[in-house]
Amino acid sequence: MQALFGQLLVGLINGSFYALLSLGLAIIFGLVNVVNFAHGALYMTGAFLAWFGLANLGIGYWPALLLSPLAVGLFGMVLERTMLRRLYQLDNLYGLLLTFGLTLIVEGLFHHAYGNSGNSYPVPEALQGGTDLGFMFLPRYRAWVVLVSVAVCFASWFVIERTRLGAYLRAGTENPRLLQAFGVNVPLMKTLTFGFGVALAGFAGVMAAPIYQVSPSMGSSLVIVVFAVVVIGGMGSIFGSIVTGLGLGLVEGLTKYLYPAASSTVVFAVMAVVLLFRPVGLFGRET
Amino acid sequence: MTTPPASAAPELLRVTDLHAFYGESHILHGVDFRVAAGELVTLLGRNGSGRTTTLKAILGLTGKRTGSVTVDGRETVGMPTHKIVQLGLGYCPEERGIFASLTAEENLLLPPPVGSGGLSVDELYAMFPNLQERRKSPGSRLSGGEQQMLAMARILRVGARLLLLDEITEGLAPVIVQALGRAVRTLKEKGFTIVLVEQNFRFAAGLADRHYVMEHGRIVDMIPQAELTASMQKLQAYLGV
Repeated sequence: MQALFGQLLVGLINGSFYALLSLGLAIIFGLVNVVNFAHGALYMTGAFLAWFGLANLGIGYWPALLLSPLAVGLFGMVLERTMLRRLYQLDNLYGLLLTFGLTLIVEGLFHHAYGNSGNSYPVPEALQGGTDLGFMFLPRYRAWVVLVSVAVCFASWFVIERTRLGAYLRAGTENPRLLQAFGVNVPLMKTLTFGFGVALAGFAGVMAAPIYQVSPSMGSSLVIVVFAVVVIGGMGSIFGSIVTGLGLGLVEGLTKYLYPAASSTVVFAVMAVVLLFRPVGLFGRET
Repeated sequence: MTTPPASAAPELLRVTDLHAFYGESHILHGVDFRVAAGELVTLLGRNGSGRTTTLKAILGLTGKRTGSVTVDGRETVGMPTHKIVQLGLGYCPEERGIFASLTAEENLLLPPPVGSGGLSVDELYAMFPNLQERRKSPGSRLSGGEQQMLAMARILRVGARLLLLDEITEGLAPVIVQALGRAVRTLKEKGFTIVLVEQNFRFAAGLADRHYVMEHGRIVDMIPQAELTASMQKLQAYLGV
Protein backbone atom coordinates (compact mmCIF):
# COMPACT_ATOMS: atom_id res chain seq x y z
CA MET A 1 0.00 0.00 0.00
CA GLN A 2 2.80 2.34 0.97
CA ALA A 3 4.50 1.56 -2.34
CA LEU A 4 1.36 2.47 -4.28
CA PHE A 5 0.98 5.83 -2.54
CA GLY A 6 4.69 6.45 -2.93
CA GLN A 7 4.47 5.87 -6.69
CA LEU A 8 1.31 7.96 -6.97
CA LEU A 9 3.12 10.83 -5.24
CA VAL A 10 6.05 10.51 -7.63
CA GLY A 11 3.50 10.46 -10.44
CA LEU A 12 1.83 13.58 -9.11
CA ILE A 13 5.20 15.36 -8.88
CA ASN A 14 6.09 14.42 -12.45
CA GLY A 15 2.57 15.38 -13.47
CA SER A 16 3.05 18.83 -11.92
CA PHE A 17 6.05 19.40 -14.17
CA TYR A 18 4.23 18.00 -17.20
CA ALA A 19 1.38 20.42 -16.48
CA LEU A 20 3.61 23.48 -16.04
CA LEU A 21 5.56 22.72 -19.20
CA SER A 22 2.66 21.68 -21.40
CA LEU A 23 0.68 24.74 -20.28
CA GLY A 24 3.48 26.98 -21.57
CA LEU A 25 3.69 25.00 -24.79
CA ALA A 26 -0.07 25.18 -25.27
CA ILE A 27 -0.19 28.97 -24.78
CA ILE A 28 2.72 29.48 -27.15
CA PHE A 29 1.33 27.14 -29.77
CA GLY A 30 -2.08 28.76 -29.52
CA LEU A 31 -1.10 32.38 -30.09
CA VAL A 32 2.38 32.28 -31.60
CA ASN A 33 1.78 29.09 -33.62
CA VAL A 34 5.24 27.79 -32.79
CA VAL A 35 5.87 24.23 -31.65
CA ASN A 36 8.56 25.25 -29.19
CA PHE A 37 10.98 22.37 -29.10
CA ALA A 38 13.36 24.48 -27.00
CA HIS A 39 10.96 24.28 -24.05
CA GLY A 40 12.95 21.49 -22.40
CA ALA A 41 16.24 23.31 -22.88
CA LEU A 42 14.76 26.45 -21.31
CA TYR A 43 13.46 24.40 -18.38
CA MET A 44 17.01 23.09 -17.96
CA THR A 45 18.36 26.64 -18.24
CA GLY A 46 16.00 27.72 -15.46
CA ALA A 47 17.31 24.96 -13.20
CA PHE A 48 20.92 25.75 -14.08
CA LEU A 49 20.49 29.45 -13.41
CA ALA A 50 19.19 28.62 -9.93
CA TRP A 51 22.08 26.22 -9.34
CA PHE A 52 24.65 28.68 -10.69
CA GLY A 53 23.19 31.50 -8.62
CA LEU A 54 23.43 29.49 -5.43
CA ALA A 55 26.89 28.10 -6.09
CA ASN A 56 28.54 31.31 -7.30
CA LEU A 57 26.52 34.33 -6.31
CA GLY A 58 24.86 33.26 -3.09
CA ILE A 59 21.38 33.70 -4.59
CA GLY A 60 19.10 31.34 -2.70
CA TYR A 61 16.06 29.33 -3.75
CA TRP A 62 13.42 31.98 -3.08
CA PRO A 63 14.94 34.81 -5.13
CA ALA A 64 15.84 32.25 -7.81
CA LEU A 65 12.19 31.25 -8.04
CA LEU A 66 11.54 34.78 -9.30
CA LEU A 67 14.81 35.74 -11.03
CA SER A 68 15.39 32.57 -12.98
CA PRO A 69 12.01 32.55 -14.82
CA LEU A 70 12.46 36.27 -15.43
CA ALA A 71 15.84 35.67 -17.08
CA VAL A 72 14.51 32.74 -19.11
CA GLY A 73 11.48 34.80 -20.16
CA LEU A 74 13.68 37.68 -21.32
CA PHE A 75 15.90 35.27 -23.23
CA GLY A 76 12.77 33.83 -24.86
CA MET A 77 11.56 37.28 -25.89
CA VAL A 78 14.93 37.99 -27.50
CA LEU A 79 14.70 34.70 -29.41
CA GLU A 80 11.17 35.59 -30.56
CA ARG A 81 12.12 39.08 -31.69
CA THR A 82 15.33 38.16 -33.45
CA MET A 83 14.60 34.72 -34.93
CA LEU A 84 11.14 33.17 -34.59
CA ARG A 85 9.37 36.28 -35.86
CA ARG A 86 11.02 35.84 -39.25
CA LEU A 87 9.37 32.46 -39.71
CA TYR A 88 5.72 33.34 -39.07
CA GLN A 89 4.79 33.48 -42.76
CA LEU A 90 6.14 29.97 -43.26
CA ASP A 91 4.79 26.58 -42.24
CA ASN A 92 5.17 26.02 -38.49
CA LEU A 93 7.53 23.15 -39.25
CA TYR A 94 10.21 25.83 -39.64
CA GLY A 95 9.65 27.10 -36.12
CA LEU A 96 9.96 23.56 -34.83
CA LEU A 97 13.24 23.09 -36.71
CA LEU A 98 14.63 26.39 -35.45
CA THR A 99 13.78 25.65 -31.84
CA PHE A 100 15.14 22.12 -32.24
CA GLY A 101 18.42 23.60 -33.45
CA LEU A 102 18.44 26.07 -30.55
CA THR A 103 17.93 23.14 -28.17
CA LEU A 104 20.99 21.38 -29.54
CA ILE A 105 23.06 24.57 -29.22
CA VAL A 106 21.92 25.44 -25.70
CA GLU A 107 22.31 21.88 -24.43
CA GLY A 108 25.68 21.57 -26.16
CA LEU A 109 26.94 24.73 -24.49
CA PHE A 110 25.88 23.47 -21.06
CA HIS A 111 27.47 20.07 -21.74
CA HIS A 112 30.66 21.83 -22.75
CA ALA A 113 30.72 24.03 -19.66
CA TYR A 114 29.45 21.65 -17.01
CA GLY A 115 29.90 18.11 -18.32
CA ASN A 116 27.28 15.41 -18.28
CA SER A 117 27.05 14.64 -14.62
CA GLY A 118 24.24 16.08 -12.56
CA ASN A 119 24.66 18.69 -9.86
CA SER A 120 22.59 18.50 -6.75
CA TYR A 121 20.65 21.47 -5.44
CA PRO A 122 19.67 21.52 -1.77
CA VAL A 123 16.07 21.66 -0.65
CA PRO A 124 15.49 25.12 0.86
CA GLU A 125 15.63 25.10 4.63
CA ALA A 126 12.02 26.07 5.22
CA LEU A 127 10.80 23.11 3.15
CA GLN A 128 13.01 20.37 4.54
CA GLY A 129 11.59 17.42 6.41
CA GLY A 130 8.13 16.05 6.00
CA THR A 131 5.03 14.62 7.58
CA ASP A 132 4.09 11.03 8.29
CA LEU A 133 0.56 10.68 7.03
CA GLY A 134 0.18 7.19 8.48
CA PHE A 135 -0.10 5.44 5.12
CA MET A 136 2.96 7.21 3.70
CA PHE A 137 5.68 9.75 4.38
CA LEU A 138 5.11 13.06 2.62
CA PRO A 139 8.27 15.15 2.12
CA ARG A 140 7.41 18.80 2.59
CA TYR A 141 9.19 20.00 -0.56
CA ARG A 142 7.26 17.56 -2.75
CA ALA A 143 3.96 18.71 -1.31
CA TRP A 144 5.06 22.29 -2.03
CA VAL A 145 5.87 21.44 -5.66
CA VAL A 146 2.46 19.90 -6.27
CA LEU A 147 0.58 22.72 -4.56
CA VAL A 148 2.46 25.54 -6.27
CA SER A 149 2.33 23.94 -9.70
CA VAL A 150 -1.38 23.36 -9.44
CA ALA A 151 -1.90 26.91 -8.15
CA VAL A 152 0.18 28.46 -10.95
CA CYS A 153 -1.55 26.37 -13.59
CA PHE A 154 -5.05 27.21 -12.43
CA ALA A 155 -4.20 30.88 -11.94
CA SER A 156 -3.01 30.94 -15.57
CA TRP A 157 -6.15 29.14 -16.66
CA PHE A 158 -8.32 31.62 -14.77
CA VAL A 159 -6.57 34.63 -16.29
CA ILE A 160 -6.90 33.19 -19.79
CA GLU A 161 -10.52 32.06 -19.57
CA ARG A 162 -12.08 34.66 -17.32
CA THR A 163 -10.35 38.02 -17.73
CA ARG A 164 -10.06 40.72 -20.35
CA LEU A 165 -6.37 40.02 -20.82
CA GLY A 166 -7.27 36.39 -21.44
CA ALA A 167 -9.93 37.42 -23.96
CA TYR A 168 -7.18 39.04 -26.04
CA LEU A 169 -5.18 35.83 -25.89
CA ARG A 170 -8.17 33.69 -26.88
CA ALA A 171 -9.13 36.05 -29.71
CA GLY A 172 -5.54 36.17 -30.92
CA THR A 173 -5.32 32.39 -30.82
CA GLU A 174 -8.43 32.17 -32.97
CA ASN A 175 -7.65 34.88 -35.52
CA PRO A 176 -4.57 37.06 -34.96
CA ARG A 177 -5.02 39.08 -38.18
CA LEU A 178 -8.53 40.10 -37.25
CA LEU A 179 -7.52 40.99 -33.69
CA GLN A 180 -4.85 43.24 -35.15
CA ALA A 181 -7.51 44.79 -37.41
CA PHE A 182 -9.17 46.03 -34.20
CA GLY A 183 -6.07 47.97 -33.29
CA VAL A 184 -4.43 45.44 -30.97
CA ASN A 185 -0.64 45.23 -31.16
CA VAL A 186 -0.54 41.51 -31.92
CA PRO A 187 3.21 41.30 -32.66
CA LEU A 188 3.92 42.63 -29.15
CA MET A 189 1.38 40.19 -27.70
CA LYS A 190 3.20 37.33 -29.37
CA THR A 191 6.53 38.41 -27.89
CA LEU A 192 5.08 38.69 -24.39
CA THR A 193 3.21 35.40 -24.70
CA PHE A 194 6.31 33.57 -25.83
CA GLY A 195 8.19 35.15 -22.93
CA PHE A 196 5.50 34.11 -20.45
CA GLY A 197 5.32 30.55 -21.79
CA VAL A 198 9.06 29.96 -21.53
CA ALA A 199 9.20 31.73 -18.15
CA LEU A 200 6.83 28.98 -16.94
CA ALA A 201 9.42 26.48 -18.17
CA GLY A 202 12.15 28.34 -16.29
CA PHE A 203 9.95 28.37 -13.21
CA ALA A 204 9.42 24.61 -13.50
CA GLY A 205 13.19 24.23 -13.80
CA VAL A 206 13.81 25.97 -10.48
CA MET A 207 11.06 23.92 -8.83
CA ALA A 208 12.67 20.76 -10.19
CA ALA A 209 16.24 21.58 -9.16
CA PRO A 210 15.99 20.18 -5.57
CA ILE A 211 14.18 17.04 -6.77
CA TYR A 212 16.03 15.96 -9.91
CA GLN A 213 19.72 16.32 -10.68
CA VAL A 214 20.53 19.59 -12.42
CA SER A 215 22.11 18.34 -15.62
CA PRO A 216 22.24 19.53 -19.25
CA SER A 217 20.07 16.64 -20.43
CA MET A 218 17.31 17.02 -17.82
CA GLY A 219 15.12 18.88 -20.31
CA SER A 220 15.41 16.61 -23.31
CA SER A 221 14.28 13.56 -21.36
CA LEU A 222 11.22 15.45 -20.19
CA VAL A 223 10.22 17.38 -23.28
CA ILE A 224 9.28 14.30 -25.34
CA VAL A 225 6.75 13.23 -22.71
CA VAL A 226 5.49 16.80 -22.48
CA PHE A 227 4.85 16.89 -26.22
CA ALA A 228 2.86 13.68 -25.87
CA VAL A 229 0.88 15.39 -23.08
CA VAL A 230 0.13 18.37 -25.32
CA VAL A 231 -1.05 16.11 -28.12
CA ILE A 232 -3.22 14.02 -25.78
CA GLY A 233 -4.72 17.13 -24.18
CA GLY A 234 -5.41 18.70 -27.56
CA MET A 235 -2.98 21.09 -29.27
CA GLY A 236 -3.38 24.56 -27.85
CA SER A 237 -5.99 23.66 -25.22
CA ILE A 238 -5.06 25.35 -21.93
CA PHE A 239 -7.34 23.37 -19.68
CA GLY A 240 -6.51 20.16 -21.53
CA SER A 241 -2.79 20.55 -21.01
CA ILE A 242 -3.12 21.10 -17.24
CA VAL A 243 -5.52 18.22 -16.59
CA THR A 244 -3.72 15.86 -18.96
CA GLY A 245 -0.33 16.73 -17.44
CA LEU A 246 -1.42 15.89 -13.91
CA GLY A 247 -3.48 12.89 -15.05
CA LEU A 248 -0.71 11.31 -17.06
CA GLY A 249 1.73 11.78 -14.19
CA LEU A 250 -0.64 9.73 -12.06
CA VAL A 251 -1.11 7.12 -14.79
CA GLU A 252 2.67 6.81 -15.00
CA GLY A 253 2.94 6.41 -11.22
CA LEU A 254 0.22 3.77 -11.20
CA THR A 255 1.98 1.89 -13.99
CA LYS A 256 5.22 1.98 -12.01
CA TYR A 257 3.39 0.22 -9.22
CA LEU A 258 1.50 -2.30 -11.37
CA TYR A 259 4.00 -3.05 -14.11
CA PRO A 260 7.19 -1.00 -13.79
CA ALA A 261 8.61 -2.07 -17.14
CA ALA A 262 5.85 -0.19 -18.99
CA SER A 263 6.07 3.03 -16.98
CA SER A 264 8.19 4.93 -19.49
CA THR A 265 6.05 3.96 -22.48
CA VAL A 266 2.55 4.16 -21.02
CA VAL A 267 2.18 7.83 -21.97
CA PHE A 268 2.84 7.02 -25.61
CA ALA A 269 0.43 4.10 -25.53
CA VAL A 270 -2.22 6.48 -24.18
CA MET A 271 -1.34 8.97 -26.92
CA ALA A 272 -1.78 6.33 -29.63
CA VAL A 273 -5.16 5.26 -28.28
CA VAL A 274 -6.41 8.83 -27.85
CA LEU A 275 -5.33 9.80 -31.36
CA LEU A 276 -7.11 6.76 -32.79
CA PHE A 277 -10.43 7.72 -31.25
CA ARG A 278 -10.10 11.50 -30.96
CA PRO A 279 -7.52 12.91 -33.36
CA VAL A 280 -7.94 16.45 -31.94
CA GLY A 281 -6.99 15.26 -28.43
CA LEU A 282 -9.11 14.95 -25.32
CA PHE A 283 -9.87 18.67 -24.95
CA GLY A 284 -9.10 19.88 -28.47
CA ARG A 285 -11.76 21.66 -30.43
CA GLU A 286 -12.96 19.99 -33.60
CA THR A 287 -12.67 22.33 -36.53
CA MET B 1 -30.72 64.57 -47.32
CA THR B 2 -29.18 67.00 -44.87
CA THR B 3 -25.52 66.16 -45.54
CA PRO B 4 -23.52 68.88 -47.27
CA PRO B 5 -22.09 68.12 -50.72
CA ALA B 6 -18.93 66.02 -50.65
CA SER B 7 -16.65 68.84 -51.73
CA ALA B 8 -17.47 71.00 -48.70
CA ALA B 9 -16.30 68.50 -46.08
CA PRO B 10 -12.63 67.73 -45.48
CA GLU B 11 -11.27 64.56 -47.02
CA LEU B 12 -10.97 61.69 -44.53
CA LEU B 13 -9.82 58.85 -46.77
CA ARG B 14 -7.85 59.14 -49.97
CA VAL B 15 -6.72 56.10 -51.93
CA THR B 16 -4.31 56.77 -54.78
CA ASP B 17 -2.93 54.23 -57.26
CA LEU B 18 -3.30 51.41 -54.75
CA HIS B 19 -1.89 48.05 -55.82
CA ALA B 20 -2.26 45.00 -53.60
CA PHE B 21 -1.04 41.44 -53.80
CA TYR B 22 -1.82 38.10 -52.19
CA GLY B 23 1.46 36.26 -52.48
CA GLU B 24 2.23 36.32 -56.21
CA SER B 25 -1.24 37.30 -57.38
CA HIS B 26 -1.75 40.95 -58.22
CA ILE B 27 -5.32 41.77 -57.13
CA LEU B 28 -5.65 45.57 -57.11
CA HIS B 29 -4.32 47.42 -60.15
CA GLY B 30 -4.22 51.04 -59.13
CA VAL B 31 -7.37 51.89 -57.17
CA ASP B 32 -8.22 55.61 -56.84
CA PHE B 33 -11.02 57.07 -54.77
CA ARG B 34 -11.65 59.50 -51.99
CA VAL B 35 -14.18 59.83 -49.21
CA ALA B 36 -15.05 63.08 -47.44
CA ALA B 37 -15.74 63.20 -43.72
CA GLY B 38 -19.36 62.27 -43.03
CA GLU B 39 -19.86 60.77 -46.44
CA LEU B 40 -21.21 57.31 -47.22
CA VAL B 41 -19.84 55.78 -50.38
CA THR B 42 -20.32 52.31 -51.78
CA LEU B 43 -17.98 50.10 -53.72
CA LEU B 44 -20.08 48.27 -56.29
CA GLY B 45 -18.96 45.60 -58.68
CA ARG B 46 -19.20 41.95 -59.57
CA ASN B 47 -17.73 39.20 -57.44
CA GLY B 48 -13.97 39.20 -57.77
CA SER B 49 -13.75 42.83 -58.89
CA GLY B 50 -11.58 43.67 -55.85
CA ARG B 51 -13.99 45.40 -53.45
CA THR B 52 -13.23 43.26 -50.39
CA THR B 53 -9.54 43.36 -51.19
CA THR B 54 -9.71 47.16 -51.34
CA LEU B 55 -11.02 47.29 -47.77
CA LYS B 56 -8.40 44.79 -46.63
CA ALA B 57 -5.65 46.70 -48.41
CA ILE B 58 -6.67 49.93 -46.67
CA LEU B 59 -6.14 48.08 -43.38
CA GLY B 60 -2.89 46.46 -44.44
CA LEU B 61 -4.42 42.98 -44.29
CA THR B 62 -3.31 41.94 -47.77
CA GLY B 63 0.21 40.97 -48.69
CA LYS B 64 2.42 43.59 -50.30
CA ARG B 65 0.75 46.88 -51.26
CA THR B 66 1.99 49.96 -53.05
CA GLY B 67 0.55 53.36 -53.81
CA SER B 68 -0.93 55.67 -51.24
CA VAL B 69 -3.68 55.46 -48.63
CA THR B 70 -4.06 58.53 -46.45
CA VAL B 71 -6.37 58.73 -43.46
CA ASP B 72 -6.97 62.31 -42.37
CA GLY B 73 -3.91 63.29 -44.37
CA ARG B 74 -1.61 60.67 -42.83
CA GLU B 75 0.08 58.17 -45.12
CA THR B 76 -0.62 54.60 -43.94
CA VAL B 77 1.08 52.40 -46.53
CA GLY B 78 4.00 50.98 -44.60
CA MET B 79 2.27 51.18 -41.23
CA PRO B 80 1.39 47.93 -39.40
CA THR B 81 -2.33 47.11 -39.30
CA HIS B 82 -2.88 47.97 -35.64
CA LYS B 83 -1.34 51.44 -36.10
CA ILE B 84 -3.58 52.16 -39.09
CA VAL B 85 -6.68 51.12 -37.16
CA GLN B 86 -5.68 53.34 -34.25
CA LEU B 87 -6.16 56.34 -36.57
CA GLY B 88 -9.87 55.75 -36.04
CA LEU B 89 -10.92 52.92 -38.32
CA GLY B 90 -13.56 50.30 -37.67
CA TYR B 91 -13.74 47.15 -39.78
CA CYS B 92 -16.66 44.82 -40.23
CA PRO B 93 -15.32 41.87 -42.23
CA GLU B 94 -17.36 39.92 -44.76
CA GLU B 95 -17.20 36.75 -42.64
CA ARG B 96 -18.24 38.92 -39.63
CA GLY B 97 -15.26 37.77 -37.60
CA ILE B 98 -17.01 36.97 -34.33
CA PHE B 99 -14.56 35.15 -32.07
CA ALA B 100 -16.13 31.77 -31.30
CA SER B 101 -14.23 31.24 -28.05
CA LEU B 102 -15.46 34.55 -26.60
CA THR B 103 -18.95 35.35 -25.34
CA ALA B 104 -21.03 37.94 -27.17
CA GLU B 105 -20.21 40.52 -24.52
CA GLU B 106 -16.49 39.66 -24.53
CA ASN B 107 -16.56 40.16 -28.29
CA LEU B 108 -18.26 43.49 -27.83
CA LEU B 109 -15.78 44.70 -25.22
CA LEU B 110 -12.68 43.29 -26.91
CA PRO B 111 -11.47 46.02 -29.29
CA PRO B 112 -9.55 48.79 -27.53
CA PRO B 113 -10.66 52.41 -28.15
CA VAL B 114 -9.29 53.98 -31.33
CA GLY B 115 -10.82 57.41 -30.83
CA SER B 116 -13.11 59.41 -28.61
CA GLY B 117 -16.89 59.53 -28.75
CA GLY B 118 -17.65 55.84 -29.06
CA LEU B 119 -21.16 54.68 -28.23
CA SER B 120 -21.70 53.30 -24.75
CA VAL B 121 -22.64 49.68 -24.18
CA ASP B 122 -26.12 50.82 -23.12
CA GLU B 123 -26.61 52.79 -26.33
CA LEU B 124 -25.49 49.78 -28.34
CA TYR B 125 -27.85 47.44 -26.53
CA ALA B 126 -30.63 49.95 -27.21
CA MET B 127 -29.70 49.89 -30.90
CA PHE B 128 -29.43 46.07 -31.01
CA PRO B 129 -31.62 44.66 -28.20
CA ASN B 130 -30.95 41.03 -29.20
CA LEU B 131 -27.34 41.41 -28.17
CA GLN B 132 -28.26 42.19 -24.60
CA GLU B 133 -30.32 39.02 -24.29
CA ARG B 134 -27.54 36.96 -25.80
CA ARG B 135 -24.61 38.62 -24.06
CA LYS B 136 -23.48 35.51 -22.16
CA SER B 137 -23.72 33.22 -25.20
CA PRO B 138 -20.52 32.05 -26.87
CA GLY B 139 -19.90 33.75 -30.21
CA SER B 140 -20.28 30.43 -31.98
CA ARG B 141 -23.89 30.08 -30.81
CA LEU B 142 -25.16 33.38 -32.24
CA SER B 143 -27.34 33.42 -35.34
CA GLY B 144 -26.07 35.06 -38.52
CA GLY B 145 -28.10 38.20 -37.82
CA GLU B 146 -26.90 38.42 -34.23
CA GLN B 147 -23.32 37.98 -35.35
CA GLN B 148 -23.72 40.80 -37.87
CA MET B 149 -25.23 43.13 -35.27
CA LEU B 150 -22.42 42.24 -32.89
CA ALA B 151 -19.82 42.90 -35.57
CA MET B 152 -21.34 46.36 -36.11
CA ALA B 153 -21.79 47.13 -32.42
CA ARG B 154 -18.22 46.10 -31.70
CA ILE B 155 -16.71 48.82 -33.89
CA LEU B 156 -19.16 51.50 -32.79
CA ARG B 157 -18.04 51.23 -29.17
CA VAL B 158 -14.40 52.09 -29.88
CA GLY B 159 -14.82 55.60 -31.28
CA ALA B 160 -13.94 54.78 -34.88
CA ARG B 161 -14.91 57.58 -37.29
CA LEU B 162 -14.25 55.74 -40.54
CA LEU B 163 -16.20 52.50 -40.90
CA LEU B 164 -15.33 49.89 -43.52
CA LEU B 165 -18.35 47.61 -43.85
CA ASP B 166 -18.09 44.51 -46.02
CA GLU B 167 -21.28 42.79 -47.23
CA ILE B 168 -23.16 43.37 -44.01
CA THR B 169 -26.49 42.17 -45.41
CA GLU B 170 -25.20 38.97 -47.00
CA GLY B 171 -27.34 35.94 -46.26
CA LEU B 172 -29.59 37.68 -43.76
CA ALA B 173 -33.38 37.74 -43.47
CA PRO B 174 -35.17 40.85 -44.84
CA VAL B 175 -36.25 42.01 -41.38
CA ILE B 176 -32.63 42.01 -40.20
CA VAL B 177 -31.51 43.76 -43.39
CA GLN B 178 -34.04 46.49 -42.61
CA ALA B 179 -32.72 46.81 -39.06
CA LEU B 180 -29.19 47.12 -40.37
CA GLY B 181 -30.35 49.72 -42.87
CA ARG B 182 -31.81 51.78 -40.01
CA ALA B 183 -28.58 51.39 -38.06
CA VAL B 184 -26.44 52.55 -40.98
CA ARG B 185 -28.74 55.54 -41.57
CA THR B 186 -28.47 56.49 -37.90
CA LEU B 187 -24.70 56.28 -38.09
CA LYS B 188 -24.62 58.51 -41.13
CA GLU B 189 -26.79 61.07 -39.34
CA LYS B 190 -24.38 60.94 -36.41
CA GLY B 191 -21.58 61.94 -38.77
CA PHE B 192 -19.74 58.66 -39.28
CA THR B 193 -17.83 58.23 -42.52
CA ILE B 194 -18.67 54.94 -44.17
CA VAL B 195 -17.30 52.84 -47.01
CA LEU B 196 -19.83 50.15 -47.81
CA VAL B 197 -19.13 47.12 -49.94
CA GLU B 198 -22.51 45.73 -50.84
CA GLN B 199 -23.95 43.10 -53.14
CA ASN B 200 -27.50 44.15 -52.32
CA PHE B 201 -27.76 47.17 -54.59
CA ARG B 202 -31.21 48.24 -53.37
CA PHE B 203 -29.87 48.35 -49.81
CA ALA B 204 -26.90 50.47 -50.87
CA ALA B 205 -28.85 52.75 -53.19
CA GLY B 206 -31.06 54.00 -50.41
CA LEU B 207 -28.18 55.04 -48.18
CA ALA B 208 -25.20 56.24 -50.19
CA ASP B 209 -24.01 59.69 -51.30
CA ARG B 210 -21.88 58.32 -54.10
CA HIS B 211 -21.19 54.97 -55.74
CA TYR B 212 -17.82 53.80 -57.01
CA VAL B 213 -17.89 50.99 -59.54
CA MET B 214 -15.02 48.49 -59.57
CA GLU B 215 -13.91 46.14 -62.33
CA HIS B 216 -10.75 44.01 -62.48
CA GLY B 217 -9.13 45.65 -59.49
CA ARG B 218 -9.73 49.24 -60.57
CA ILE B 219 -12.34 51.96 -60.04
CA VAL B 220 -13.98 52.40 -63.45
CA ASP B 221 -16.77 54.86 -62.68
CA MET B 222 -18.26 57.11 -60.04
CA ILE B 223 -21.97 57.83 -59.85
CA PRO B 224 -23.35 60.49 -57.48
CA GLN B 225 -26.62 59.60 -55.80
CA ALA B 226 -28.42 62.36 -57.72
CA GLU B 227 -27.55 60.75 -61.06
CA LEU B 228 -28.38 57.25 -59.95
CA THR B 229 -31.74 56.96 -61.67
CA ALA B 230 -30.34 58.34 -64.91
CA SER B 231 -27.41 55.94 -64.73
CA MET B 232 -29.35 52.76 -64.02
CA GLN B 233 -28.82 51.26 -67.45
CA LYS B 234 -25.06 51.86 -67.32
CA LEU B 235 -24.89 50.46 -63.80
CA GLN B 236 -26.79 47.34 -64.74
CA ALA B 237 -24.28 46.71 -67.49
CA TYR B 238 -21.43 47.07 -64.98
CA LEU B 239 -22.97 44.74 -62.45
CA GLY B 240 -24.40 42.29 -64.93
CA VAL B 241 -27.80 42.22 -63.27
